[in-house]
Amino acid sequence: MTDTEELRRRTRELLAAHPPASTDRLDFLRARFDAGLAWVHYPEGLGGLGAPRSLQAVVDAELEAAGAPDNDPRRIGIGLGMAAPTILQYGTDEQKRRYLRPLWTGEEVWCQLFSEPGAGSDLAALGTRAVREGEDWVVNGQKVWTSSAHVARWAILIARTDPEVPKHRGITYFVCDMTDPGVEVRPLRQITGEAEFNEVFLTDVRIPDTRRLGAVGEGWKVAQTTLNNERVAIGGMRLPREGGMIGPISKTWRERPELRTHDLHQRLLKLWVESEVSRLTAERLRQQLVAGQPGPEGAGMKLAFARLNQEISGLEVELLGEEGLLYDDWTMRRPELVDFTGRDAGYRYLRSKGNSIEGGTSEVLLNIVAERVLGLPAEPRTDKDVAWKDLAR
Amino acid sequence: MSDLLYSEEEDALRAAVRDLLTDHCDAPGVIARTESDTPHHLALWKALTGGMGLAGLLVPEELDGQGATHREAAVVLEELGRAVAPVPYLTSAVVATEALLACGADDLLRALAAGTTIGALAVSLNVAPNAAYKAVRHEDGLLHGELTGIADAAVADVLLVPADDGGLYAVDAGAATVTPQTSLDLTRPLATVTLDGAEGLLLGDAEPAVRRALRAGAGLLASEQFGVAEWTLTETVRYLKERKQFNRPVGGFQALKHRLAQLWLEVVNARAAARNAADALARGEDVDVAVTVAQAYAAPVAVHAAEEAVQLHAGIGMTWEHPAHLYLKRAKADSIAYGTPGAHREALAALVDLQAP
Repeated sequence: MTDTEELRRRTRELLAAHPPASTDRLDFLRARFDAGLAWVHYPEGLGGLGAPRSLQAVVDAELEAAGAPDNDPRRIGIGLGMAAPTILQYGTDEQKRRYLRPLWTGEEVWCQLFSEPGAGSDLAALGTRAVREGEDWVVNGQKVWTSSAHVARWAILIARTDPEVPKHRGITYFVCDMTDPGVEVRPLRQITGEAEFNEVFLTDVRIPDTRRLGAVGEGWKVAQTTLNNERVAIGGMRLPREGGMIGPISKTWRERPELRTHDLHQRLLKLWVESEVSRLTAERLRQQLVAGQPGPEGAGMKLAFARLNQEISGLEVELLGEEGLLYDDWTMRRPELVDFTGRDAGYRYLRSKGNSIEGGTSEVLLNIVAERVLGLPAEPRTDKDVAWKDLAR
Repeated sequence: MSDLLYSEEEDALRAAVRDLLTDHCDAPGVIARTESDTPHHLALWKALTGGMGLAGLLVPEELDGQGATHREAAVVLEELGRAVAPVPYLTSAVVATEALLACGADDLLRALAAGTTIGALAVSLNVAPNAAYKAVRHEDGLLHGELTGIADAAVADVLLVPADDGGLYAVDAGAATVTPQTSLDLTRPLATVTLDGAEGLLLGDAEPAVRRALRAGAGLLASEQFGVAEWTLTETVRYLKERKQFNRPVGGFQALKHRLAQLWLEVVNARAAARNAADALARGEDVDVAVTVAQAYAAPVAVHAAEEAVQLHAGIGMTWEHPAHLYLKRAKADSIAYGTPGAHREALAALVDLQAP
C-alpha cells in the first residue's frame, strides 16, 4: 500500500485538507505527522507508514513543490538524528506517543547529556549518578559539550546507576526534563569567542522511572543506537570542485596577487590537490553506496576532513599577512547553527580545531580504522573486569 | 562526474591478470631475474599479450586491438604494480601505443597490439607531459644522436624517436645501439639509445604525439602507483599481525596502528585519484586536471607506502631477499617518471588559475 503512487496520493490529500498558504505552520506540521508523512519509514501512528526510507524523497518533493513549510531540520538535528531513533528502538509505546510528535514538529528541542569533564573518549567511564528513590531516580553530576541545552525541552541522558559493576554494565539511559529546577545550563565559551556549547549541572534532578529508556544497566547498549546514528550523519555531502574550506583561500589567492609568495604557492597547491582527492574519495564512497557496495572509506573521511580544514585555514591566516593578525569579532555569542566556513579566516582557523575533537577525536578514529578496517589487534583493556568505583580517575 | 568504481568486466579482468601473475611472477623469481642478463620477463609478456590480448586494449578493433579504454588498462597496471612485474606494459602498450595512435601509424599499431612487437618512445622517463624533451639530429635522411633514460628500450623492437625536424620516426631497434644503464628500479630498467646514421620511418609530428603519450603515461602510472601502495600496505599489515616482540603482535602498538591507519587513508585516496584519471582519459573530459592531480597525489603515496614497508618490516625489510626493496625502488623511480609531483603541481597551477607570484 505504500508505493510511490500511494504516497503521492496521500501527500496531495494532506495538501488539499491543509493548504499551506492558509494553514498555520505548526498546524500543518502536526497534520503531516498525523498523516504518516513525517518520516515514512517510521511505524503508522508515529509519523510514518512503515514504508521504505528511500520513498521519503517522493513526499518531500511533492511538499516542496507545493510550498509547504518544513520542520527546520538543522535546528533540531539532535532530536531527529539521535534521540528519535533511540526512542523508536527502546521506548515504551507511551514514550513514543509522548515524545516523537513534538520532537519532529520542532515544538520540543532535544539535546544530549553524554560527555562529561572526566569522560570524553572514554565515555563509558562517566560518573553522573542516578540513585533510585521510590518511583523516581535522583540524578547528580556534570555534563559538557551540550549543543542546544539552552533551548532544549528534553535531553537524552546516560548516568551511572550501579558503580559496583564494570563501567559498561552500570549505565542507564533516561529522558531528562531540561526545565527541572535542578538543571542548570551555563554557556561554555570556546576559543572562537562564541558559545555553541554548554555545561549542564545536574543537582538532585528527579526523573520518574517512566522516563527510563531500556532496562536498568542497559544504557550503554541503548547509547550505541544513538552514537551509530550520529556517525551516519557525517560525510555524506556531495561537493563541487573547490567546495569546502579550499574555496575561500583559492578565491583570495586569485583576487589578491600582492599576497602571493613562492612558499605559500607550493603549500596551497599541495592542499588544493589533497582537497580535490578527498572530494573524489567521498564521491567514490557515495557511488559505492548507490551501487549497494558500501566501503570502509567512510571511517576515514572525517579524519581527512579535519586535517584539511585545519591546514587550509591555517595557511589562509598566514596568506593574509597583516590582516591575519586581526580577528573579526570576539563578542560572546550563542549561534543556533554552526557554519565551519562562515565568518573570516581567523574564525575558520579556530573553529576547525574542533573538527578533530568533536564526534570522536582523530586519535580514536585512527584506532577504529586500524582495528576495524585493517584488523590490527585492539588496545589492551585493563578496565574491562574492574568495578567502575575502583577505576583510576 | 566520473565513474570511480570498477565494472564487473573490470573486476573479471583484474582476477584473470592476478591469477596469471600469481602463477608466473612471484617475488623470488623477480629478484633472481633482476641479476640475470634478461631482467624483463618475456614469457609473462607473451602470456599477457598473445594469450590475453592486453597489449591491444587501447587499440581499436579494426586495427586488431581490443577497442577497450584507459579504465581497463588502468586495472591491468594496478595488478602489474602489485607484482612489480618486469614487463614493458606501460611503455609499449600505453605510451608508445598512444604516440602511434596520435600519428595514425596503423601497421605499427597492429604489431604492438599483438604484443609480438614491443615499442618504446625514445624520451627520457623523467620527462613530464608538458616539459621539454631531447630530439636527435636529422641529417641527409638519417638520424644521429644519443638519448638516455629510455625505459624498457632493452627489449624494444621499435623505437619511436623525436628528431630536430619536428618529426617522430620509427627506428628498428637493430639499427640503434641500445646500452643498458644501471637503474634504480631493477624491474623497469633504463637504457641509452645511440643512433649513428640510423634509418627511420617518419610517422608524423613529434610534438602532439609525445604530449599525448606522456599524458596518458602519467595518468595511468597513478594506477600502477596505487597497486604498489596497496600491496605494500597489505603486506605490511599482514606481517605486523604475525610478528611478535615484547610478547605481543607488533601491529598492536598504537604508534604503528596510527601510522598504518594514516597510510590506509592515503591509499584509499590514491585509488580515487587514479580511477578519476583513468576515467577522464577514457572520456576525454577534464583530462589535464585529472592527470596532474592523480600524479601529484599518488606518486608520494606509493613512495610513503614502500618506505613504511621497509621501516616496519625492519631488519628483514632491509634485506635483498625480501621483496620490499623492489617496491621501494619502483615507487621512487615512479615518482620521477613522467614528471615529479612538483612538476605536476606546477602544471596544475596554470590549469586551475592559481598562479605563482
